[in-house]
Amino acid sequence: MELKKLEEIFQHKIDNEIKIEPKDWMPEAYRKTNIRQISQHAHSEVVGMLPEGNWITRAPSLKRKAILLAKIQDEAGHGLYLYSAAETLGISRDEMIEQLHSGRAKYSSIFNYPTLTWADMGAIGWLVDGAAIINQVMLCRTSYGPYARGMVRICKEESFHQRQGFEILYVLSQGTDAQKAMCQDAINRWWWPSLMMFGPTDAESSNSEQSMLWKIKRKSNDELRQQFVDMIAEQVKVLGMTLPDADLKWNETKKHYDFGAINWNEFWNVVKGNGPCNKQRLNARIAAHQNGAWVREAAIAYAEKQKNKHKAA
Amino acid sequence: MNNLIKKYFYGDYGEIEAGSNASNNNKNIAWPLWEVFIRSKQGLDHKHVGSLHAADEQMAIENARDVYTRRNEGVSIWVVESKYITASNPEEAGELYEPAVNKIYRHPTFYKLPDEVDYM
Ligand SMILES: [Fe+2]
Ligand SMILES: [Fe+2]
Repeated sequence: MELKKLEEIFQHKIDNEIKIEPKDWMPEAYRKTNIRQISQHAHSEVVGMLPEGNWITRAPSLKRKAILLAKIQDEAGHGLYLYSAAETLGISRDEMIEQLHSGRAKYSSIFNYPTLTWADMGAIGWLVDGAAIINQVMLCRTSYGPYARGMVRICKEESFHQRQGFEILYVLSQGTDAQKAMCQDAINRWWWPSLMMFGPTDAESSNSEQSMLWKIKRKSNDELRQQFVDMIAEQVKVLGMTLPDADLKWNETKKHYDFGAINWNEFWNVVKGNGPCNKQRLNARIAAHQNGAWVREAAIAYAEKQKNKHKAA
Repeated sequence: MNNLIKKYFYGDYGEIEAGSNASNNNKNIAWPLWEVFIRSKQGLDHKHVGSLHAADEQMAIENARDVYTRRNEGVSIWVVESKYITASNPEEAGELYEPAVNKIYRHPTFYKLPDEVDYM
């Protein structure tokens, strides 16, 4: 079949909400865009374990330790679902990991911020997972089948993450003055970076248009960000806390919250590798991978040995 | 907001845990890929849920339990190495399913029956 015809069939499927599956013909650029987006999403889930892993041993009670551990384990699973989805497009796991470690692939910049207090675990669950959920709910309807199915699975698990985060902050907000201050401080530090998670404004987002046409994305960065602001601006009232934005206020005509200007310099700075923890995060990932190498080798050697034993018997 | 671009160590990973002195022994040993099927409860079929890498079948089952059944999603797990799965070719879907498409008399709605027995 000629290329033009194949492209037509492909776009026809997209337009009619028919999912694209691994063995279907797809334009090279669609394959590449999906590989890039899914693998970077996977890297974010995996690197995202680091700021929280930092608090497992310091969580204030056994209950909180168990909850945090369960959440982080979920994130590892999310990484796995996404790596598997990307692998169906013809890239190997090793190649993706190599791209992450060499810095060629990015992960969400939010994880380059440090987790300074226990309240940060609450703020991450509520704001960071909250922002991720808004993006992921949209992606449940993305056009590539394995990605969409992975997202459905992930979304089912995410709501616990956001709820446990809010609960951490809620308990602090009912506590002593010091605890309340800690709660407010965490919100202050995580608010703006969370808004940046949705990426550059629509005017500056380079590959958005094609992604919308292919239904990889279904809502623009600004739309998703607005949805997030509207949700959090209401929820923060329940905590009796405030968001660190003097320009935040309800706009009766738009039926949305207006909010202040985002510091895009900071965003690009962190993307380029100059955030507070970029180097630590990447080094921790590389170390974990390298220090696990002997385990992977030993497991293969053991499997080989078992196989030979079966053959001999 | 500007003061966030700053190097913190307190309350976070130190240089050692961050792998500053990790050895460089990065040999790539790839574990094979497995497809995972889960029976969500007795009486239902196993259904494909995803895939994972594992060194052998035992590890594949254990990993599948850890990632795909963390919330009681299953009572039974099947794993099969992906390379043993043969799939039909989507480009030949037309010819492959054509015989079924043609035989509308295989469907109960093909038969017009009197009202009195139409519940049949
Ligand atoms: Fe996640
Ligand atoms: Fe999460």
